[in-house]
Amino acid sequence: MKDHVLVSIRLLVVFTLLLGFAYPAAVWAVGRVAFRSAAGGSFVTHDGKVVGSELLGQAVASPGLFRPRPSAAGAGYDATASGGSNLGPTSKALAERVAAEVARARAENPGARGPVPADAVTASGSGLDPHVSPEFALWQVSRVSRESGIPAAELEALVAKRTEGRFLGLFGEPRVNVLLLNLDVLSRRPSEGGGEPPPR
Amino acid sequence: MTALAFLKIAVYFLLVLVVTKPLGLYMRRVFSGERTFLDPVLLPVERALYRLGGVDPKKEQDWRAYASSMLVFSVLGILGVTAIERLQHLLPLNPDRLPAVPPALAWNTAVSFVTNTNWQAYAGEATMSHLTQMAALAVQNFLSAATGIAIAVAVIRGIARTESRTIGSFWVDLTRATLWVLLPLSLLAAVVLTSQGVVQSFSPSAKVTTLDGATQTVPLGPVASQEAIKELGTNGGGFFNANSSHPYENPTPATDLLEMLLIFAIPAGLTYTLGSMTGKTRHGWAVFWAMGLLFLVGAGAAAWAETHGNPIHHAAGVDPSAGNMEGKEVRFGAGDTALFATVTTAASCGAVNGMHDSFTPLGGLVPLVNIQLGEVVFGGVGAGLYGAFVFIVLSVFIAGLMVGRTPEYLGKKIEGGEVKLAMLSVLVLTFCILVGTAAAVTTKAGLSSLSNAGPHGLSQALYAFTSAAGNNGSALAGLNANTDFYNVLLACAMFFGRFLMIVPILAMAGALAAKKKLADSAGTFPVDGPIFTLLLAGVIVVVGALTYFPVLSLGPVVEQLLMAAGRTF
Repeated sequence: MKDHVLVSIRLLVVFTLLLGFAYPAAVWAVGRVAFRSAAGGSFVTHDGKVVGSELLGQAVASPGLFRPRPSAAGAGYDATASGGSNLGPTSKALAERVAAEVARARAENPGARGPVPADAVTASGSGLDPHVSPEFALWQVSRVSRESGIPAAELEALVAKRTEGRFLGLFGEPRVNVLLLNLDVLSRRPSEGGGEPPPR
Repeated sequence: MTALAFLKIAVYFLLVLVVTKPLGLYMRRVFSGERTFLDPVLLPVERALYRLGGVDPKKEQDWRAYASSMLVFSVLGILGVTAIERLQHLLPLNPDRLPAVPPALAWNTAVSFVTNTNWQAYAGEATMSHLTQMAALAVQNFLSAATGIAIAVAVIRGIARTESRTIGSFWVDLTRATLWVLLPLSLLAAVVLTSQGVVQSFSPSAKVTTLDGATQTVPLGPVASQEAIKELGTNGGGFFNANSSHPYENPTPATDLLEMLLIFAIPAGLTYTLGSMTGKTRHGWAVFWAMGLLFLVGAGAAAWAETHGNPIHHAAGVDPSAGNMEGKEVRFGAGDTALFATVTTAASCGAVNGMHDSFTPLGGLVPLVNIQLGEVVFGGVGAGLYGAFVFIVLSVFIAGLMVGRTPEYLGKKIEGGEVKLAMLSVLVLTFCILVGTAAAVTTKAGLSSLSNAGPHGLSQALYAFTSAAGNNGSALAGLNANTDFYNVLLACAMFFGRFLMIVPILAMAGALAAKKKLADSAGTFPVDGPIFTLLLAGVIVVVGALTYFPVLSLGPVVEQLLMAAGRTF
């Protein structure tokens, strides 16, 4: 038994050095050399300033921009508190929240037609979902067009350009990255002031 | 939508099928000491490890020495992880200056990672320093997985050997599983994940100013290296609270597919290793197909339920075409999330790419049942195969009763001792799950952590004890598990669910190894055809169903009916 203890301690130390330090350091070094931006957080700059990560959603209040999904991460898109609502399918709190989101989405997008896309009124698992469905993006076009002054047809073209398809035509679902789409919108503003913050 | 989800399941399963044989064959070579293409690089590393560890690689162990080595190594691992968690505020690589982990949580987490459970009563980004994540938790991701593989290989040796006292060396199996199997595949996977956007950084949290002018604080860390082994070792403990639904852990549908393949690769491969090392490859495939059958049924049911969505929400004006999207990411959708949930619970992984708590009742029933069946639908790395071994023994025993002969398994007589040990390991799981759940729903301390009312509340407590005892680690995460009650009880469930399973199984392996091999006769029940596949799947389902049907009907089953009727709580 004493033998087992000694071997265990020695192996734990050696394995910790190999698996706990050398291995992550090797992955870090490869990432640093080969995929610097991706390994560092996929941050996006606009007018020379970092405005967020391409992979993380962020709250958008401006009516002239596309909105992300509801978020249960902290007060909404809090990247230090990732997570979902964890409300169950028969939860009254969830049913009421969904009903309120449906009403809000309809009020905000009076020009939109058809039922409300599911992702518009549900919170994601991470609370940081960077995407919306193409349906939800198109649903918002008439509002964004009215508020930003960009013709609806042009916005629809932007949404189409930013729509990513399924992997191998099968896995995942079509999606639109909200941050990248909004940067496109900002660069098309008729005022063309460049990057001044959108009106609140 | 549902048809597409079924197609995803089929293609995914086909990919698993493709890697099973090559990986299984490779693992046979590794554990039989045959030559492999990685030998030139790894043999010197292996020799150095034995020298530094004081291991004599030629010395084999009987089942008692094997089991006690494993136990001592695991208990010291628990102490080591606890120490690092408690001291992290004094140690380097803590750029966000996180305080020491509180005692009950530290102990729960240490047991959780050493038992390959990765139950997490904490939010990683707000609790664990970079050092704790990589040098304590990720190291145990490797070592607990390597331990599982070692036990499975020891069991296979017990079946394959004749009149042998020993079943191999735990230290050698542990080392070779780490160096030849886990490390190279993790390295490869981590690099691919990094290329897709999984973070690998030692920087402190980044502060960015959003388009709205608000500040968003973005935690970073050595995520990719941990993500790869987290899936490959069926550990499942996320770097972030949101686990594999977090875009920094699982940014694209491609990484999602890769992570699902990593989860099933080794458990599926080991079925081929079983066949190959015992000289009965057709038996290995029979076991594979029994697992495959149960997997396909579960995945199909979960995908159907999630893509059909929640009628209560549809009635409120939500478009039903995308399915149930609460707790799910747009890039995965309902279909891929249902598939991931089935994979992660069929294996003892427990990583999630969507929140199981917000699944429809039927969609959430599938993960629950997968774990309760003993995680033998491919199962955890090693754990799936040695768990399946228990059911194989029970199957040949039942078949023996039916034809009135002493049961045999690959030439070994299965006697009273083995069957008793097999039942013992089945009952340990049952006891931990049902007694634990009962304690939770009859005490104030247990009930106060539930975040949902009605039948879903029972499901939350049931899921917690199922996940802990089954060493899965996924959760209906609305449950507030970071209380002394749950930290202590769930840690016990994890510990017993792991080690009280392994020790009887090693005893069975030791007993089988010592037996004579009998020649097949006309009365031998064949273990390599579709009849055996169906019998094995049937025994797994019947044992699981008889044990858990009452509690399942009070939880998810009744909730599914109430959801259809529009009831909320």
